[in-house]
Amino acid sequence: MKARVTVTLKTGILDPQGKAIEGALRSLGVEGVASVRQGKVFDIEIEGADPAKAEALLKQAADKLLANTVIENYRVEVVG
Amino acid sequence: MKAAVVVFPGINRERDMARTLKLVSGKDPAMVWHADTELPAGTDLVVIPGGFSYGDYLRCGAIAARSPIMDAVRAHAAKGGLVLGVCNGFQILCESGLLPGVLMRNGQLRFICRDVYLKVERSDTPFTRGYNAGQVIRVPVAHGEGNYIADGETIARLEGEGRVIFRYASPDGMIDPNWNHNGAINAIAGILSDKGNVLGMMPHPENHVEASIGRTDGRGLFAGLVDQLGQAA
Repeated sequence: MKARVTVTLKTGILDPQGKAIEGALRSLGVEGVASVRQGKVFDIEIEGADPAKAEALLKQAADKLLANTVIENYRVEVVG
Repeated sequence: MKAAVVVFPGINRERDMARTLKLVSGKDPAMVWHADTELPAGTDLVVIPGGFSYGDYLRCGAIAARSPIMDAVRAHAAKGGLVLGVCNGFQILCESGLLPGVLMRNGQLRFICRDVYLKVERSDTPFTRGYNAGQVIRVPVAHGEGNYIADGETIARLEGEGRVIFRYASPDGMIDPNWNHNGAINAIAGILSDKGNVLGMMPHPENHVEASIGRTDGRGLFAGLVDQLGQAA
């Protein structure tokens, strides 16, 4: 089963990398970008075929390691 | 003093730290590998040095914080044992939950390698008894992620409980955004745990301990620890 965990910075946490990317887009002439926040995507292959089990496993992985919940939120999806 | 220096793959300041501990205390520290599950018997100070554990992959210190030896470090801290984390060591202590907050990418996005001035906020801790409160010391920093941040409640608690021990300052001890190189909230450079036995700091006091290579401002921290642990023993 394929799954994806997306980790993003919480609202209000300063994101200097996102700001730099935002500035670069502007200097490249990409018009209409109001703001950029960067994050991480983890594509994970899971053994077995039980989506509920997979979701529990992904949450465990995110809480234990993939995200630092002091500053980051995460979202898990079982893609199928 | 019986010190143990924890070594993770990618750490590169462990020899500076060991050399300083030997120089100041007269005793070689034990070097403890990350895969070990126990500290040497009688260890009274655990030091987590600087470097780039696991190449800073995922987040600085995130993978090291979850290695086997960290359970022993947690147990040592829970018993009131002293723990010092410098640079990547501070990041590892935050990731492991031994200290609150996070060290984010420096505000101006650049790696900073230079001397900075620190205001020592308190002298009544095991780590700062070699200094006077309000004293300014000059020590090096070398980091890309030293921008300390925590939620408002945590910051208020750290400040209220006097747990901010070092702040980036001007040479005359003024807290000024121009001297806060990485943009840390409240110019925080080092904090203590709630029980006061775990210190994390971004600057490297271990690199300013010998007159022959420059300044000796960092020596007070280690001399204070030797004094503290000598008295306890």
